[in-house]
Amino acid sequence: MSARLLEGVSRRGIALLAVLLAVLLAVPWIANDYLLTVLIIALYSAYTGQAWNVMMGFAGQLSLGHAIYVGLGAYAAAALYVHFGIAPWLGLAAAIAIAVACGAIIGFLAFRFGVGGVYFAILTIAFAEFARIGFDHFQWVGASSGFFLPVANYTRNDLWNLRGDPTMFYYVMLALTVAAFALCHVLLKSRIGYYWLAIREDEIAARSLGIDTFRYKMYAAVLSAGMTAVAGVFFAFYYNNLFPEQVFHISRSIELILGPIIGGIGTLFGPLIGAFLLTSLSEAMQELLSALGFDAPGVKQVFYGLCLLVVVIALPGGVWPWLAGKLHVTRRDP
Amino acid sequence: MTALLSVEGVSKRFRGLLAVDKVTFQVARGSIFAVIGPNGAGKTTLFNIIAGMFAPDRGSVAFAGERIEALAPDEICRRGIGRTFQLVRPFPALTVEDNVVIGAMLRRHDPAGARRHAHEVLARLDLFGKRHQPASALTLPDRKRLEVARALATDPKLLLLDEVMAGLRPAETDRMVSALTQLNREFGLTILLIEHVMRAVMALAARVLVLHHGAAIAEGSPEAVVREPAVIQSYLGAEAVE
Repeated sequence: MSARLLEGVSRRGIALLAVLLAVLLAVPWIANDYLLTVLIIALYSAYTGQAWNVMMGFAGQLSLGHAIYVGLGAYAAAALYVHFGIAPWLGLAAAIAIAVACGAIIGFLAFRFGVGGVYFAILTIAFAEFARIGFDHFQWVGASSGFFLPVANYTRNDLWNLRGDPTMFYYVMLALTVAAFALCHVLLKSRIGYYWLAIREDEIAARSLGIDTFRYKMYAAVLSAGMTAVAGVFFAFYYNNLFPEQVFHISRSIELILGPIIGGIGTLFGPLIGAFLLTSLSEAMQELLSALGFDAPGVKQVFYGLCLLVVVIALPGGVWPWLAGKLHVTRRDP
Repeated sequence: MTALLSVEGVSKRFRGLLAVDKVTFQVARGSIFAVIGPNGAGKTTLFNIIAGMFAPDRGSVAFAGERIEALAPDEICRRGIGRTFQLVRPFPALTVEDNVVIGAMLRRHDPAGARRHAHEVLARLDLFGKRHQPASALTLPDRKRLEVARALATDPKLLLLDEVMAGLRPAETDRMVSALTQLNREFGLTILLIEHVMRAVMALAARVLVLHHGAAIAEGSPEAVVREPAVIQSYLGAEAVE
């Protein structure tokens, strides 16, 4: 496994990765709290985008309801912490298990009965909506009035209970993002990754080559759900409040997939680049518009939408494939 | 020689159309067998039944002595039947090499081993020089070759080829014929092909089955089959007689 980590990466690519990682590691020493918060959001979207990418970018299954896994993970770990005092790292196991079970159910229903393409997407939306409405009435976790984690001023960072300052959350999110990135890289170099790509490209041809497409699609659904639930746990402990209307809302699912779409679906760097671009664009837009004195409601969203439109029209494959060409990091001849 | 593939009384109806009508034949282990017939004769349907895309309404298909007509396409491939598609289905965004690597991974879980095997197969089908191109960039003849390469990479005992010569120039046809003959001789690969290009059928096949309106109207050596009046009338046309 570890030998595969650097396989197929050009020297230039490794050098650029090392520089990027060094910069990200050094950020808390130079950045103020505002910048750190922005970077946490960017890393969070990079991570969730990567998790979604496993399902859509690699295995070609369009999920528009990934907020369900964020929400299930968030609620599972938060409820265990609030009600039973179970630390989030232990709650994580429950969060992953619940999301994986949910991903398996959705996957089984869809893949066993041949629900694909837009119909699969609708199924995923439906499940996320069920969850939203269900949690709206789930008294044990506060129902529609929200679920809150105790917030206190901590004198020191408590990593075990995920209570602390933004710097700690930043490093946790950075570690998760790097781990997801490395995992996806290794998977793409393995049989399972090749099989996913085959299914994405042409499922009938994939079957004719002996690939049990049901099984491999299930692997993608389950892995993607589990990875996303981890982000949910982080979400709960970072924001300390959960509202079904927020976490399970379809706009959350859409937000989650914008990064990989802008960055480049099915690429490893796409979710990362997309997340950083979108987050900085959104923040810059905010600053720019308030500096210019436009503060009519919705102006920010309109500009944001226009920028996305430009990127999608100019670079339909996403930013990363184009950028990779410019940086000469794609490997030509092994 | 024992039969590797045995098709017994297979029928398939699509609503009003009887696409395959009680077809029976055997393909001997290590032989090359061709199915010919006019368009719409049911050749591809017959193929899809053998490859597990459709279950037959009646009849049975046995491979290496075991019934396979109820198996799914991927299970059939794992048993040792490789296939190509008449309308080619490459993985367009992947390189030619990765297309074949995916086939090779069926029996080689380690990517490096699969890649080595893919290189051998690509060289055999004259695609080695194009291995880094995306499959979508290939010309149709090259895509046909890629279909064969990908199926071959799964190490089949039986290779089903659905009109792989169509659209090839005569020189390319000859090249493909010699590649297939080599595979058959060197590895004892059994080949069942659907083909319109009679030049290839005559050169390759030891036995030929002729389908017409879903039913078998003749079977035998290619030389004998092309002289049968029923075959001439339904398929080859009167001008083929001389």
